[in-house]
Amino acid sequence: MRNRSAFWPALALMAPLVLFLAFAYAVPFLGVALWSVTLPEPGLGQYERLVGDPLVQSAFLRTFRICLIVTVIAVACAYAVTYVWVRGTRMQRRLIEICIFVPFWISLLTRAFGWLALLSTRGIVNTSLQALGLTDGPLALVRNEPSVIAGMVHVLIPFAVLPLASAMRTVDERMLLAARGMGASRLRIFWSVFLPLTLPGVIGATLIVFVFSLGFFVTPAILGGGRSIMVAELVYLRMFQSPDWGLGAAISVALVILVAGLMGLLARFARLGLTGGGR
Amino acid sequence: MSKRAVGLQVIGIGKSFGHFTALKDITLDIAPGEFLTLLGPSGSGKTTFLMVLAGFQAASEGRLLSDGVDITGSRAEDRSFGMVFQGYALFPHKSVAQNIAFPLQVRGIAREDIARRVDAIIARVGLAGHENKRPAQLSGGQQQRVALARALVFEPPVLLLDEPFSALDKHLRGRMQEEVARLHGEFGTTFVFVTHDQSEALSLSSRIAIFNHGRLLQVGAPRDIYERPSSRFVAEFLGEINLLPVGGIGHCARGTSGTFEDARLTAPRHDHLDGSAVLAVRPEHMSVSAEPPAEGNGVPARLVGTTYLGSAMRLAFATRSGTPLTVTLPSVAAGHILDRGPDFWVNWSFDNGFLLPEQS
Repeated sequence: MRNRSAFWPALALMAPLVLFLAFAYAVPFLGVALWSVTLPEPGLGQYERLVGDPLVQSAFLRTFRICLIVTVIAVACAYAVTYVWVRGTRMQRRLIEICIFVPFWISLLTRAFGWLALLSTRGIVNTSLQALGLTDGPLALVRNEPSVIAGMVHVLIPFAVLPLASAMRTVDERMLLAARGMGASRLRIFWSVFLPLTLPGVIGATLIVFVFSLGFFVTPAILGGGRSIMVAELVYLRMFQSPDWGLGAAISVALVILVAGLMGLLARFARLGLTGGGR
Repeated sequence: MSKRAVGLQVIGIGKSFGHFTALKDITLDIAPGEFLTLLGPSGSGKTTFLMVLAGFQAASEGRLLSDGVDITGSRAEDRSFGMVFQGYALFPHKSVAQNIAFPLQVRGIAREDIARRVDAIIARVGLAGHENKRPAQLSGGQQQRVALARALVFEPPVLLLDEPFSALDKHLRGRMQEEVARLHGEFGTTFVFVTHDQSEALSLSSRIAIFNHGRLLQVGAPRDIYERPSSRFVAEFLGEINLLPVGGIGHCARGTSGTFEDARLTAPRHDHLDGSAVLAVRPEHMSVSAEPPAEGNGVPARLVGTTYLGSAMRLAFATRSGTPLTVTLPSVAAGHILDRGPDFWVNWSFDNGFLLPEQS
């Protein structure tokens, strides 16, 4: 009751954001959803194709596989980096900030080309290896899954660092001291105290990284070189290369539903983890 | 139950953080099985000293011996003293039983032994029925018991307690104090207890060590420290006290005396004083009369206020020169005095005052 008087002014203040999201996001997406059931003719034909087409299926499976690997590597790397960032010396913290957050502001495209410059046939790695006489010819370091994974992990680590840092900062120093005082080794303290206490942060970071990685387009397109196509690139190809808007739209809708479902599931899991015990 | 309470010998321990000196030249013998309280205001260095004892902080100078063995450089995890932290520091993701089992698991003790010892100590601290609860589901007093059980279950040679009762309400605090005293008696472990609460220190300890500004001012049994403080700070910190500036210090057969206003006041002999000093008397050691006393010390004073405290009454007086005096009397005895006008004599026996140097 008390809030009723504040309802309309609050709505008025939020209106620009709501309108922006509606016009920039909801309306276009509804348009795409409409295409998926109307192009080239009305009906669920495109969804039948989506389920039946081995090319689409393999793109989905590849996307999940790559994203899972990327998430595990990115969260693990981010955990180590965050640990040093939160608990390290001043120098270490400064170094981490430069190494993690400066690239964060550089365009995705630039970073993908940076990896190309490193890994391509005439890139720095290959020319160095040959100059040192370690390899005869150039190694195929790019246009494959591992290079896509490397590029994606690089982009996604900062997104995992932030939730992990907030979890690590809430760990009570006295709990770690208490464990030490009871004779626990550093490894033991990490596994049975520090890691469980930061688990909500790990779940949050996993959720964010996995969801972000599912929609990756630029990095896999450049580093995968058209060989290991992921879902977002497949949508692009269906839309702009082989005019097949209906299928492209159906794949988009399927991806959004999957992501939303995953987010719901993981958010519930994270809530249980945060309250510790789930009761 | 405890087979190996140890004594600690602290020799000239100092601790600095940059230019700040947190502890200076602490020398102290902690006897096996004693209950030593470190008492002082916040920032006095008592907690830093506890952290140095625990091994969480390295001493900048001095040595620490455990039953004669030098442990100055050994790590906290190797000293393995039990510790109860302020706020308890229980593991929130572990159950009561898992929290208590942790130090035993760390020691690689067999699973059945762990279960047996955890069950035994849970019963001893009165937590039966709560084994599978998380700390967040327990009350403050119960969390306190878990912290004590976790710190005692591995039978440490020394138990360190850092202001363990600061989060509890007054009633619970009293119950937990009794509990800790009981556990100290049963386990026979050496207890080193930090507090800023002087009544807690007086009631629990076998000895009290008073800290201020990083220095150890005095160590002794509660009674000795309360009745024979060596400095003004200790006297004032341990409870209310009246301080009368006296001049013309002289020694006589009955002790040492000095002049306050027109009265010659006498206290037990103090050889290292001359000129002027401070005569200290606890409020409960004073009495009030209408006439000058036949024996002992007496100072004329005017009653300026009373406070009813239930069992006792606090009477505020001012002497002729305006020096405030506080007297506490049992309420029963105080009642009839108040009716008799504002001018009284405040009296105490020669033995109940003590002289302190002016600057301390």
